[in-house]
Amino acid sequence: MSDLKDVILEYVQEEYLEDDDDIEVTYDTPLISGGIVDSFSMVSLKRFLETRYNIQIPDSKATPQAFDTVNNIIKLMKEFGIE
Amino acid sequence: MSNIGSYEEKLKDFKWEISEKELEYTKGNRINIGEYCSDRICRMGKGDKLALIWQSHTGEIKKYTFNRMRVLTNAIAEYLKSLGINSGDRVCLFMDKVPELYFGFLGILKMGGIAQPLFSAFGGESLYTRLADAETKAIITQKKHVGKVRKILADLPKLERIIVVDEEEEEKLREKELYFSMDNATPVEHFDIFPSTAETPSVLHYTSGTTGKPKGAQHVHYSLISQYITAKYVLDLKDDDIYWCTADPGWVTGTSYGIIGPWANGVTQCVLDSGFKADSWYKFIEDHKVTIWYSAPTAIRSLMKEGNEVVKQFNLSSLRHLCSVGEPLNAEAVIWSKEVFGLAFHDTFWQTETGSMMICNYPGMKIKPGSMGKPFPGITATVVDLKTYQPIERAGIVGLIAIKPGWPSMFRTYWKNEEVYKSKFRNDWYICGDRASIDEEGYFWFVGRDDDVINTAGHLVGPFEIESALLEHEAVAESAVVGKPDPVNMEVVKAFITLKPGFMGSKELELKIMNFIRKKLSPLAMPQEIEFVDSLPKTRSGKIMRRLLRAKEWGEEIGDTSTLENDD
Repeated sequence: MSDLKDVILEYVQEEYLEDDDDIEVTYDTPLISGGIVDSFSMVSLKRFLETRYNIQIPDSKATPQAFDTVNNIIKLMKEFGIE
Repeated sequence: MSNIGSYEEKLKDFKWEISEKELEYTKGNRINIGEYCSDRICRMGKGDKLALIWQSHTGEIKKYTFNRMRVLTNAIAEYLKSLGINSGDRVCLFMDKVPELYFGFLGILKMGGIAQPLFSAFGGESLYTRLADAETKAIITQKKHVGKVRKILADLPKLERIIVVDEEEEEKLREKELYFSMDNATPVEHFDIFPSTAETPSVLHYTSGTTGKPKGAQHVHYSLISQYITAKYVLDLKDDDIYWCTADPGWVTGTSYGIIGPWANGVTQCVLDSGFKADSWYKFIEDHKVTIWYSAPTAIRSLMKEGNEVVKQFNLSSLRHLCSVGEPLNAEAVIWSKEVFGLAFHDTFWQTETGSMMICNYPGMKIKPGSMGKPFPGITATVVDLKTYQPIERAGIVGLIAIKPGWPSMFRTYWKNEEVYKSKFRNDWYICGDRASIDEEGYFWFVGRDDDVINTAGHLVGPFEIESALLEHEAVAESAVVGKPDPVNMEVVKAFITLKPGFMGSKELELKIMNFIRKKLSPLAMPQEIEFVDSLPKTRSGKIMRRLLRAKEWGEEIGDTSTLENDD
């Protein structure tokens, strides 16, 4: 099974970057504040995590801060027992 | 003392000529927004004053004085002319909130072009629809967005130039693409500004309706008269203010009050090119000592959600006046802002078509939390009966918000769509499409839209555009799109979908369809919820009854269903 970090990173690269975009996204790249994932698109990223890992992330936990980097998302996922 | 002084007194003697006089404009003479926002301010002796303090999400800061802005906007205007762009040509701005967007806007106006700003998060189809409709001749963009343009270029024969402001490696440029670096451009001291007059077209802002494609609301240079004076009276902009408008110039607030209003008043403004994060926003206010803040209910509710503790970590004592626009500001948000900032957010109501504020809460006027406020002096507004379009005299009765035409910033037409433009006027009133009531003291109270258009985070999204795009997904047989209540965004998009044979509704399919729309149209248009259904409610003539689905989402009465096909 792929590493959680890489699954998320790959998903972000595939879904939220343009084909010609040469932005390098790392585990610490700001996704929300950096404008790669806006607050509306964050809903689809949340839905991806919920669907793939069969969890329910409450809205109170789905904050821009919690989704701002891949590393932050990893921390959030740990709360749901996903590592 | 606020600029407006007493609202009641101002009502008695206000004339638009006050604004004309302050701007030294006389009827029949030249009026060019680009010139008024830069050259005129310099002539007033403010050339060395900061016009723009820009900050990126990485913390990089750029500062521009009014004089620097003047010569750079001249340089942009001259460059566009050198490319064969002529007066009246549409030039699209498709960028994040970078300085080139703001100065590009003024540069286009200075050379007589029509600025067509589009939200940079638009997907290919949304971009194509608007560029094709406007027969746009040139687009100014960034390398991160040029890919979207390349994909649709073959279908846009009128698009002659693609100007990329940050692609330094010229070998990466493709057909019709050019590199223009604003910061490295030779400043142009003297430029012959296009001699526009009051009715010369200036800006084309696209807006969504219930049916059909998005329509381009066309504005003229005379809109400045409204935008200048409303910025002065409602936002209370003064010479020593530091102003922050959080709106993106892809939408009308970002141009009317993120460019024209503040700079025509000679005020310094800040721009944060970053996504939403509560602590970053508060830090930005603290660092730049923002005094006037114009934001949106969605942002304010998002800040509320982050709690009061984070506010206490920052010194926000520079703030002196707060305003809001986009969708109705709920009473809780007004009360909350009073509690945490010591200042109430002042709600303002207006539209892409109105070009400037129409119904507002003013400095010094009693705020009734949750109310839209009262009409701007010079604006005659009322609510009219839903069927007869006659003004409703009694307080508290819900009708359609209507404005008496003739204010300076009123849109002049929908681009190539005069018929729809005319349909917006009934009994000599401009009908806004929103329902409200007026109380005994003359305060307006918002009720909701009068059509199927969805107001999500202050942006209007047309259900027809989303439904059409959904049909292009391989699994979708039919769809109906409605607004669903949302505590932060007021409404979000919900889609009801019937599937083609061979497809089964699932979480995975829901996510695929969501992403399909997000990329094709925009994140705003992406359904945040999809319900797979066996059939959609239709009239006997086969028309999908969105209002039934909407009523279900809002917990409202479904009303008359006598024409329903499958109501058994």
